Amino acid sequence: MVHQYKMNGYNIIMDSNSGAVHSVDEMAYDIISMYEDNSKSEIITEIVKKHGVTKEDVLETISEIEGLKDEKLLFSKDPFEEAAMEFKNRQSVLKAICLHVAHACNMDCKYCFAGKGDYSGKSGIMSLEVGKQSLDFLVKNSGTRHNLEVDLFGGEPLLNWDVCKGIVEYGRELEKKYDKKFNFTLTTNGILLNDEIIEYTTKEMGNVVISLDGRKRTHDFMRQTKDGGGTYEKIIDNFKKLADAREQKEYYMRGTYTAYNKDFANDILHMADLGFKETAMEPVVGPPDADYTLKDEDVDYLCEQYEKLALEMLKREEKGEGFNFYHYTIDLTGGPCIVKRVSGCGVGTEYLAVTPTGDLYPCHQFVGQDDFCVGNIYEGVTNKGVIKQFETCNVYSHKECKDCFAKLYCAGGCAANAYFSKGDINEVYELGCKLHRKRIECAIMMKVAEEDKGLKRRSDK
Amino acid sequence: MTRIKTVSTRNLAKSAKKGGCGECQTSCQSASKTSCSVANQHCEQCLNK
Repeated sequence: MVHQYKMNGYNIIMDSNSGAVHSVDEMAYDIISMYEDNSKSEIITEIVKKHGVTKEDVLETISEIEGLKDEKLLFSKDPFEEAAMEFKNRQSVLKAICLHVAHACNMDCKYCFAGKGDYSGKSGIMSLEVGKQSLDFLVKNSGTRHNLEVDLFGGEPLLNWDVCKGIVEYGRELEKKYDKKFNFTLTTNGILLNDEIIEYTTKEMGNVVISLDGRKRTHDFMRQTKDGGGTYEKIIDNFKKLADAREQKEYYMRGTYTAYNKDFANDILHMADLGFKETAMEPVVGPPDADYTLKDEDVDYLCEQYEKLALEMLKREEKGEGFNFYHYTIDLTGGPCIVKRVSGCGVGTEYLAVTPTGDLYPCHQFVGQDDFCVGNIYEGVTNKGVIKQFETCNVYSHKECKDCFAKLYCAGGCAANAYFSKGDINEVYELGCKLHRKRIECAIMMKVAEEDKGLKRRSDK
Repeated sequence: MTRIKTVSTRNLAKSAKKGGCGECQTSCQSASKTSCSVANQHCEQCLNK
């Protein structure tokens, strides 16, 4: 299918099935919008009248369009649906685990999906033995995959820092033994960061995710200490040190926006103003009745914020002050293959979460939902019924995605979002979809603008 | 005059042949955790070319 939109003075055509992107003038834009439902003579009459051009001009552009159609770069058909299950089967080997090293937290964030860190009352601290067994489980189930990923997650993983280090050291032993490469990620709220931890993570962690919601008042309203105080001042210097130690790369400063900071573009720009170059920000996922939950009526305003952010990022790039926003990182020539775009994030197939006691869940967001416990690291996956649901979940198992231009950019969306909003992993979280579509439009527009102006983004490889 | 400028993109149909090696980063390992950001990833095979 073809999706066309205008942004920042560009007329953009996305041919969703081929992944092709075209930047066109006003006349070509109008012809493409009429092409499938009108005869050539109808198009000529309309376009000559509207644009004051000649019949030959219109025919020339129609010829260009037909050339692109022949090359399967415009109005291309979707050839992937029949292969979806074969694609999914190629991605059925475990390659990543999210280790919940601490179901406990030293903060008390109002929107925490982890239930203030303890995941519905199941608090606990992972032992080194469970951590090691988890890596063994990963290696054993990883087949020929060389690159393996382990996220040290919580709660707050720094509450169990010695075990984190023990897990990394054990991983290094396994790498040699089994010819694997472990890429460790630490996700932290920053309270306990110190020089020793920063030095260790710089050396050993391929990625660190640091949580900041943006401006001090935004951050302190949601991300508080156990006694209700703000945390911005307690973490900001730690984060600056960490980002600088990593030479402003291979980390993400990740925030969450809520109904209390719908002007979230200002929060991302605040991060950039502080000198952080790798940013990310997600809409909050919360119960429908929570005061901080985003509503359908907020979507238009939120979309304006995404556009405002994209325009400002381009301005800063032109001044040599560019920064990355994870959701606008898009590699048009070296991005994901179609197999990944159809199969999705790997929840429950390539990716599993491990609790402090070694129980397995399809992903971190399902932890605490007893029905989704699929086994444990000692006996492996025993609840095959649940896994089967994830094995068959792909972009084509979501009926709502059939006619969506963005389906090969989000792979059908987040299964946990779908489950918690609709009760079924094969449904979609509509509000999330609307925002995701806008993010994709902004990301593509930025690429078009960068090519037009000869700009290069920090995330370009 | 050309009125259509095509931005260089990966041919998705061709990527089916060698795709699915699984060596790329998992999207929730980067900065997602609450959405599916498959398109924001790089292809490991392309990076190593």
